[in-house]
Amino acid sequence: MSVDGGTPLVEVDSLKKYFPIRKGLLSREVARVHAVDDVTFSVREGETLGLVGESGCGKSTLGRTIVRLLDPTSGDVKFRGRSIAKLGRRGLRPLRREMQIVFQDPYASLNPRKRVGSIIAAPLQIHGVGDRDERKKQVRALLATVGLSPEHYNRFPHEFSGGQRQRIGVARALALRPKLIVADEPVSALDVSIQSQMLNLLDDLQEEFQLTYIFIAHDLGVVRHVSDRIAVMYLGKLVELSPAEELYERPIMPYTEALLSAVPIPDPDLSDQRERIVLQGDVPSPINPPSGCRFHPRCRYMTDICVQVEPPLVDYGNGHLAACHHPLNVDKEHAKPEDPSGASQPVPTPDIQRSSVVRRIVDYSKRPEEQT
Amino acid sequence: MPQPLLEVKDLRVSFRTEDGVVKAVDGVSFTLSPREVLGIVGESGSGKSVTMMSVLRLINDPNMLVSGEVLYKGRDLMKLGKGQMQEVRGDEIAMIFQDPMTSLNPVYRIGDQICEGILTHQDIDKPAARKRAVELLQQVGIPHAGSRVDDFPHQFSGGMRQRAMIAMALANNPDVLIADEPTTALDVTIQAQIIELIDKLKDDFDSAVVLITHDLGVVADIADRIAVMYAGRVVEFGAKRDLFYDPQHPYTWGLLGSIPRLDRPKASRLYSIEGTPPSLISPPQGCKFRPRCPHAFEKCMEEPELVSRVDKRDHLDRCWLDPATKRVTRYNTIEGGRAA
Repeated sequence: MSVDGGTPLVEVDSLKKYFPIRKGLLSREVARVHAVDDVTFSVREGETLGLVGESGCGKSTLGRTIVRLLDPTSGDVKFRGRSIAKLGRRGLRPLRREMQIVFQDPYASLNPRKRVGSIIAAPLQIHGVGDRDERKKQVRALLATVGLSPEHYNRFPHEFSGGQRQRIGVARALALRPKLIVADEPVSALDVSIQSQMLNLLDDLQEEFQLTYIFIAHDLGVVRHVSDRIAVMYLGKLVELSPAEELYERPIMPYTEALLSAVPIPDPDLSDQRERIVLQGDVPSPINPPSGCRFHPRCRYMTDICVQVEPPLVDYGNGHLAACHHPLNVDKEHAKPEDPSGASQPVPTPDIQRSSVVRRIVDYSKRPEEQT
Repeated sequence: MPQPLLEVKDLRVSFRTEDGVVKAVDGVSFTLSPREVLGIVGESGSGKSVTMMSVLRLINDPNMLVSGEVLYKGRDLMKLGKGQMQEVRGDEIAMIFQDPMTSLNPVYRIGDQICEGILTHQDIDKPAARKRAVELLQQVGIPHAGSRVDDFPHQFSGGMRQRAMIAMALANNPDVLIADEPTTALDVTIQAQIIELIDKLKDDFDSAVVLITHDLGVVADIADRIAVMYAGRVVEFGAKRDLFYDPQHPYTWGLLGSIPRLDRPKASRLYSIEGTPPSLISPPQGCKFRPRCPHAFEKCMEEPELVSRVDKRDHLDRCWLDPATKRVTRYNTIEGGRAA
């Protein structure tokens, strides 16, 4: 897993994806869901980029638009320097070999009437790889790669457990030896003990096949474990992008801070000690997103400027970007980034260095009474 | 120890299926004291939901076989008639279900659904019940409760629906509140709101809570005691701090080790419990966790009992390993993958 110096495999530039809401006899467009709204970032070759956010923040839509399962409303996606946002079906076909997706729900993403063998062979068949026997051989090898038995070739999806089905989904995504795999919540439907097996498998495969992952998840623990860098989304916007550990050590955007502090910690003493920020209310509707900073109605540092001006994504060094008028955990000189709009307004900055993540190691050789 | 409010003794629930008898719950016993929060943790299929559903006798399946006792304030709920059971259900013991999207009736107004329970169990008229419904919605934190009471479930967000479900469960001021995965369908920020709410309301309403979850993080917050279930049995049962800092069963270690945790340095590799949970039709011989347990030895071919430790009466587990060995071996399972 290389973090620095990798060449960008995917470049996303001001990508927007709106879904029209149509009403009436003439199906006039009455409103738009701003699912992905002006998102820019890049993914380096060989890295895992984690994409986190609450449901409805647009993370899945972003993932699907990148691999062109959805057509962008505007903006561009470049794969290996080549723009793919406007390619047609034909032009996309060779690229489909390079970009694959693993879906969230292992119960809904496998055709129940097809045998596992033909499900995994489907991409090979479509792209005319080998003859029948050759494909069969490859599928058996793939089954073994993802930790299933080659004898499972002739079974139907219903004969497998959730974890095994997800392995089938991974085998299908791997069939064409892609460069990029978008994993859309690949473990959220699985039990904890199965989840860790799956995460380890994805880790092994990345090393073996030199894969680049865009890993979409809502679980910040899972994302930290797999990612080199993490992008946080809120209501269609990219609000923070940071090297993985740094995001947890010093979140800049108050939303990230709140998200981190809401993750339950399986350690009762730590859980009692840490500062808990419980966000009030729900995520607003992406049809009429709030003005200015989209997080302002739920933010505890909110001031007037947050309502009026949308904060730009500012680089705080070390590849740590955030969009906030009241950045946390940053030095004073960084606190007032140059405002590209020219509207300079004094910005109060919370000067507390805080970390909502507390850590310690329990000494399991001792009894709880003896531990501090 | 105070007189238990609820006492489950050797509960067994099995289902006849075409393939054989599924022993979903296989000899579960526990007690619940007044105002206590009991966490029941386990993976899907471990029998945690079936246990609590059978306590309320909510499963109505001709192929179901139940045995055991469920004593509520000394009365055996298993022996009550249908009508008597209905008086207990929703009034003295209430339940919050996992999925607020499917547990509310989409064609009735939220308020009417709350009133239904109130009118069934309390001798008051409709306007009074409605007033109570508004109060309850206010208590669970629904803004503008006075007008939202007439909304339909689809007008509520996921978090608000779960709040409405909680309001419904609390309507008759129950002594026991059973919450079955109340936050699983919700986002973390909303989960934090709901857990905080349950924690507050249990004090306001003086209720005991049974919290069923697969997430050890959730029970670390609010539970007093925790039962860990595996393959239809309780494998470990103890006070919260004992369970987290002195876990006795290798399955509990595995659960603690396989969570990617924010409160630990990043693990280079996660611990994973090999294999899959056993079939409940033909479970393995001896300890049910034996085929997946890295510490299994000959003795594990015999089924261990759920016994308390010599030095700690209220911490029970179902494992043959001796406590000294456990203290040495468990570290690697729980923290092994993490760089110190």
